[in-house]
Parts: sequence; C-alpha cells; structure tokens
Amino acid sequence: MTYLIKGETGDWEVVIGMEVHAQVIANSKLFSGAATNFGAEPNSQVSIVDAAMPGMLPVPNEHVVAQAIKTGLGLNSKINHTSVFERKNYFYPDLPQGYQISQFEHPIVGEGVIEIDLPDGSTKEIGITRLHLEQDAGKSVHDQHPSKSFVDLNRSGCALMEIVSEPDIRSPEEAVAYLSKIRMILRYLETCDGNMDEGSMRADVNISVRKLGDELGTRAEIKNVNSLKAVQQAIDYEVPRQIEIIEDGGKVVQETRLWDPAKNETRSMRSKEEAQDYRYFPDPDLLPLHVSQEQIDEIKAALPELPDQKKHRFMGAFGLSLYDASVLIAERERAQYFETAANGNDAKLTANWVINELLGALNKDENKAITQSPVSAEHIGALTALISDNTISGKIAKDVFAEMYKTGKKPADIVEEKGLKQVTDTGAIETIIDEVIAENPDNVAAYKGGKDKLFGFFVGQVMKKSQGKANPAAVNELLKAKLS
Amino acid sequence: MSLDKETARKVARLSHLEMSEEELERRVPQLNTIMNWIEQLSEVDTDNVEPLANVANIELQLRKDEITDGGDAQKVLANAPEETQGFFVVPKIVEQEG
Repeated sequence: MTYLIKGETGDWEVVIGMEVHAQVIANSKLFSGAATNFGAEPNSQVSIVDAAMPGMLPVPNEHVVAQAIKTGLGLNSKINHTSVFERKNYFYPDLPQGYQISQFEHPIVGEGVIEIDLPDGSTKEIGITRLHLEQDAGKSVHDQHPSKSFVDLNRSGCALMEIVSEPDIRSPEEAVAYLSKIRMILRYLETCDGNMDEGSMRADVNISVRKLGDELGTRAEIKNVNSLKAVQQAIDYEVPRQIEIIEDGGKVVQETRLWDPAKNETRSMRSKEEAQDYRYFPDPDLLPLHVSQEQIDEIKAALPELPDQKKHRFMGAFGLSLYDASVLIAERERAQYFETAANGNDAKLTANWVINELLGALNKDENKAITQSPVSAEHIGALTALISDNTISGKIAKDVFAEMYKTGKKPADIVEEKGLKQVTDTGAIETIIDEVIAENPDNVAAYKGGKDKLFGFFVGQVMKKSQGKANPAAVNELLKAKLS
Repeated sequence: MSLDKETARKVARLSHLEMSEEELERRVPQLNTIMNWIEQLSEVDTDNVEPLANVANIELQLRKDEITDGGDAQKVLANAPEETQGFFVVPKIVEQEG
C-alpha cells in the first residue's frame, strides 16, 4: 500500500534513505591493538594511535576486514577487490586526529539488495548502495560541568561499518522494517551485536518529500536516531515539517538535523554549509586494501543460513505462513528453538505453540528472551506430539503448558500426575452422556422438539463432567447419535 | 586553475588556520605557484594508467585481532592540559560532530 501524506496542495510521497553505523565485533580496534569493551573506565582502552600522538602508524585489523566482507555477503552485495582508506577532515574534540579514516570513493563493499518484511505480511526489496569501513570517534560528555566538556577516547578508533541504503524506503514502517532486518542480518552473522541502547548500532535517516512522480526533493539528514521507535517518531515529525515549508512557499534546506527524543523534534545542527566540506583524500599512511577472490570464497563458504533464507525454508519445508516464519526468524535463537521443537512433530502446530503460547508467556514474564525460557524446546515438541496423537486436547494442553512454564516439568509427567489424559474410550464417554441426558429431561425434550442450539449445551455438560478430558470429536459424534 | 583569496580564506578556516589579510595577500600568489606546477603535471596523458600507491610494490600489512595496546589512561592523558577522573577536559562544545 502506498503511504502518502495529505497536504494542503495534495498528496506527498516520502522518500527515505538510511545510513546505519554498526560497530564491528572484534577484540581490538580498526587500526590499533587497544581493546573495544563497552563501559570500561575512561581512556583505559586507548593506544597512542587512537589518541593521535604524532608519528603513529595505523595498521588494519585483518579480522575486521573479514567481518566487513562477511557482512557484505550477508547483504547480497558485491565485494570490491580493491578499496581505499581516505581521510575525512573535520575538527571536533573527540576526534584527536582532526580527521576520520574512512572509505569514500572506493568502499570495500558495493551494491546489493535485501528483503524487508512489512507488518501487512508483504515483503519489499531495498537496495544497498555500499558498505564501508571507518573509525568511530570518542565520546564527549557535556553535562558534568557548566563550561567544560569531558572527552573519553575509548571508542575512538573502534571499527565501524557504515551501511548506506538506496532511497528506496517510502514510509516509516518500511524504515523500521529495514533497520530491523539490517540488525537481524548483523546478529545472524555475528559481525555487530546490534545493541542500539549501547550505541553499537546507530542510524542516520535521510528524508525528503515530493509530489508523486516528481524529481527527488531536497533532503535533510537526521542524526541520533537510536532506536526503532525513534526512527518512526523522527520521520513522523520531519515529514510534516518539510511539507509545511514547501506549501508555505519556502524551500527545504539541505542540512543535518538532530533528533531530540526528549522534546520529540528534529532541530538544525549546523548553520554553516561549508562545515560539510570534508576534503577527502587517500590516507598516505595506508596502502590500498586488496582482497582476493579466494578469501571472499572462503568467507562465503562459512556463512551461516541468513534470516531470509531461513524464512523461505520455513515457509517451503514446514508450510508456515510468511507472518509465522517472520516471527520465528526474528532472532537466531528463536529460530533454533523452533527447529528443535518441531523436529519430528507437526511443524505448523509447533509454530503456533511457540508463537502464541510461549512467546506470549515470555512477554508477560518480564519480557524474557527465549534463551531464558523455563520450557525447553524438547518439551514444547513433546507437548505438540501429545496433541497430535490425541493424548490430550488442545484445551487441556493450555493447562499443561501453564504447569510446564511454572515447573519446567515434562508434559507427559504433568498429564500423568494430574490424570489429564483425554478419554477416547467410547464406553466411558457414553456413560457420561447417559448421565447428562438423564439429568436434563427438559432440555432433551426441547432439543428433540427442534431447539438445535441446545446441542452446544449438551457438549458443554459432557465436557464439564469429564473435566475437559473427553475427546471433543468423539463427544460430538456420540451425542448426535444418542439424541437423534 | 588559480586560487582566489576567498577560496584561500575558506580553506584556511576549514583547516583552523588563522590568517590575517596581509598574510592571505602574501600566501595566495605562493599557493598559486604550487597550483600552476600541479596544473602542468596534468598535461601528462594518464588514461589507462592505474593510480600508483607506492613505488616499492609492497602490499598493505594487516595485523591479527589481538589486544596488544591500551590499558594505561595516565600515559594517554600525560600531555593533556587539563584532565579529571580519567577524562580529557576541553572547553564546552555546543555544535555536534559531523
């Protein structure tokens, strides 16, 4: 469905491209041997390279290069055999070099495409423009002193991958879905932990508006958009702002704006246009980076199954709906849990139990992760097996599940202990039916007199008497025969 | 191509170099001498010639992903004009990074 915003002069289309900064999982930094742990004491993970002491030489981390290639392959993108590190020049106290070593004209990863899953159950392809490697900056703390800022260089020099999308995104929902999918891919690949709270994944959102069919409008780059919710909110704020400017006869200024989550608004960050003049040039300290086809092939051969491959396999091999498959692949551990549970069982039924009952229960239980589930994958599998072979009904299974969640016990043990086994023995059911008929002569007469609706009443009475254990299909069949 | 005073002023500002009017007057012709020399180089036909990154034909050296450095905040802070609790202390900055 096309997402359009109504303005005073007609409908506006939203055009969005995203830049995702993802900190690479590595022990040490991009160009130095200092550690990369989050939350360490200030400046305790800084080498003299990261502090930009004169005369220091950057030496690239081979694992980081491999991680970038792996991520590029995961984004179905072209890996460039030659890439070049360049200096991006700007001044800021948390950038001691006075420039950031980045890649500009020749990034390590070129064009690709990923598939995003939308809330309405459809999918869409979003183009990847490039992925390049660069140094992260340090961190400034502004709120500790009235006239001073404090600088911690622990993050300075950590390896970042900047993943740039094509301006293919057309709504806030697509932007959220895109960011979720990027995070999912990075987590599956274990190239970035995707923790937006800790800043190890950050997003800049480029937004412009246009009338359908028009040329691209002037874009604003929104920085500091650091959660999925913020992506949605920043777009919801920025789009009407731009439309209003244009409809009032003004022009959108190409600028960088900051998302302020506290005030729920974007605001201009820079006044001077020339501040954007980074004067890139190849870093004379670093030769071009060459990657061989053998190295690429080796990394490709060791790739794990990616989210979209898993999704399509779940749909094809297990007959799951796109929605169910999307929910199950959202986390690698969740997909793994499902596969273990579904092993040898009815996959669709297992998917229902994992999604509706287990994820629901975990959600209510302090939003626990599936890895903290008190119910093991094997036990969920055993529970669906008990339903499939008619040992218990779906209704009783919910009680068994609640007990499993509380105690962690095996479903078969719970069924045994509580005597919940489904009664399929027709003799036993018939005895109960006879009792119910004997106890309700008036209703029997009314039913026979044409009040068909009373059939449900009899089923209910029989189920109640059997404490829910009678096989519903058998009850229906036997009741019909007895009452006719 | 020649460099005018406004461009020189802009480049100086981007580089955080303070230049007086007199100095700009003096530097612009000097810079233009260099620019003209580089201009001359572009007369050479370099079509189909790969950029040369070094003349020794060496490859970029990479290192293993091991922690071999850091762990000494005091050493890093030794030359800082001002520090507190392990942080560098600088005049307050309002504009954000770019």
